[in-house]
Amino acid sequence: MTADGLELARPPALTGIPALAVAGVSHSYGARKALDDVSLTVPQARFTALLGLNGAGKTTLFSLITRLYDTRQGSIQVLGYSVARDSSQALRRLGVVFQARTLDLDLSVMENLQYHAALHGIGWRDARQRALAALAEVELADRARDPGRKLSGGQMRRVEIARALLHRPSLLVLDEPTVGLDVTSKSSIVRHVRSLVRDRGVAVLWATHLLDEVVPDDAVVVLHKGRVVAAGDVADVVAAAGATDMHSAFVALTGADPARETA
Amino acid sequence: MSANAIDPPAGFTVGQYLICLRGIVWREALRFVHQRERFVSALVRPLVWLFIFAAGFRQILGVSIIPPYETYVLYEVYVTPGLIAMIQLFNGMQSSLSMVYDREMGNMRMLLVSPFPRWFLLVGKLLASTAVSILQVYAFLVIAWLWGIEPPAWGYLAVLPALALSGMMLGALGMLLSSAIRQLENFAGVMNFVIFPMFFASSALYPLWLVQQSSPVVYTICRLNPFTYAVELIRFALYLEIDWTSLAVVGGMTVLFTAGAILAYDPARGIIVRRGERGA
Repeated sequence: MTADGLELARPPALTGIPALAVAGVSHSYGARKALDDVSLTVPQARFTALLGLNGAGKTTLFSLITRLYDTRQGSIQVLGYSVARDSSQALRRLGVVFQARTLDLDLSVMENLQYHAALHGIGWRDARQRALAALAEVELADRARDPGRKLSGGQMRRVEIARALLHRPSLLVLDEPTVGLDVTSKSSIVRHVRSLVRDRGVAVLWATHLLDEVVPDDAVVVLHKGRVVAAGDVADVVAAAGATDMHSAFVALTGADPARETA
Repeated sequence: MSANAIDPPAGFTVGQYLICLRGIVWREALRFVHQRERFVSALVRPLVWLFIFAAGFRQILGVSIIPPYETYVLYEVYVTPGLIAMIQLFNGMQSSLSMVYDREMGNMRMLLVSPFPRWFLLVGKLLASTAVSILQVYAFLVIAWLWGIEPPAWGYLAVLPALALSGMMLGALGMLLSSAIRQLENFAGVMNFVIFPMFFASSALYPLWLVQQSSPVVYTICRLNPFTYAVELIRFALYLEIDWTSLAVVGGMTVLFTAGAILAYDPARGIIVRRGERGA
């Protein structure tokens, strides 16, 4: 229950069906192959980190999961619904936070949220209630009337997360959500998203190139040059790479040091 | 799989479609309200033409009796429907510009990942943009009336469906163009290669028989220009008549441009896919 008494439904626990199933997906831009036979699953109520350096294909994969691009080769399913064939059902169960900022800076925070709710067929009054509750959760209820452009980068990100949850999706996908944020904003966002997994059973696919955002309980998928080079629990991936920790496992799997890439 | 009780039901109700449509129109209206300079500039442009250009040309350009006019008319009376269509042309391109801006800023993605059918979302955006252009046109007509441009009283009502149709056609053209424009900076090209040729090579400023006398080639271009038919549709409607050819052309072009825009924004076949995006 939220502060204003709005019941937040837990997503359905559909036994055996992953929140996200990507199977044999390839995608090219002309002659350049961005994804090559990518397969991965995101279990329900689990935090899954999609690790990859810049250019690994994470954003392309997000564009396919959200149907900005059509999946030409392979299949993507959200809770068993095909993104290509049953996109409406799949997208209703999906919350998205893109890497690029997507708030309308001319509209107020509340107007941004109400617009998103309308795009999911949620009525005005219900949308307002949900928006107030969602903003309270990210500690921005007092900024509801402010225009988007008055928010800091971290606040915008928190509003985007609140917005992505308005229609109560079962799966939340976030593309590099902490890039460009200060340490405090970053840890606040990571903490909030992890609480969604723990308290509400939302499945999360968190794309990042920052290894310090991964904890031992997470599932990880390592994407490198458009291919999945490792996937599983952190301990399994580390062991399979013959490494001692996730950082050295990532270096062994990709031949690149993310700390240097970031610097 | 079967969706359980907490799962959203399959499909949307008519009410939900209306909520979505209202949301899209509401956002467009809010943006319009927040950008007052857009409203002012949309009015100033045709008014400059009406007050200055038309006043100057009144002395050198006589307009003979041509349908739908039943008598000789002043040049500013003749040019008013053209200026109305000009408002809608600029609004259509402005809406195209805002779609490119939205795409660059990422807002467009939120629209495109809505679970409603993409054709519905795009048509909703088109209706929203048309509604804004109609508001601008009526504001212009009020000022024009004060300037002595007085079409029949019922003409103000009769012109509404014509404005809706021509606004849809020009908005759909803008939407189609927006899918092909890679960056905001390229929008200047649209001004040079679309707006100005469409406006000048039409019946907005001069009757086609005058154009034909001076240049058969330009006359042919004017006849092939869909904007000419938007102008004529508005002109006849404002004087309580229907120009069936214009109605057919504008209707047909609306369908064609809308279909093209929907296709261009289609994730399976659209231009946005072929072009690819940065940050893969």
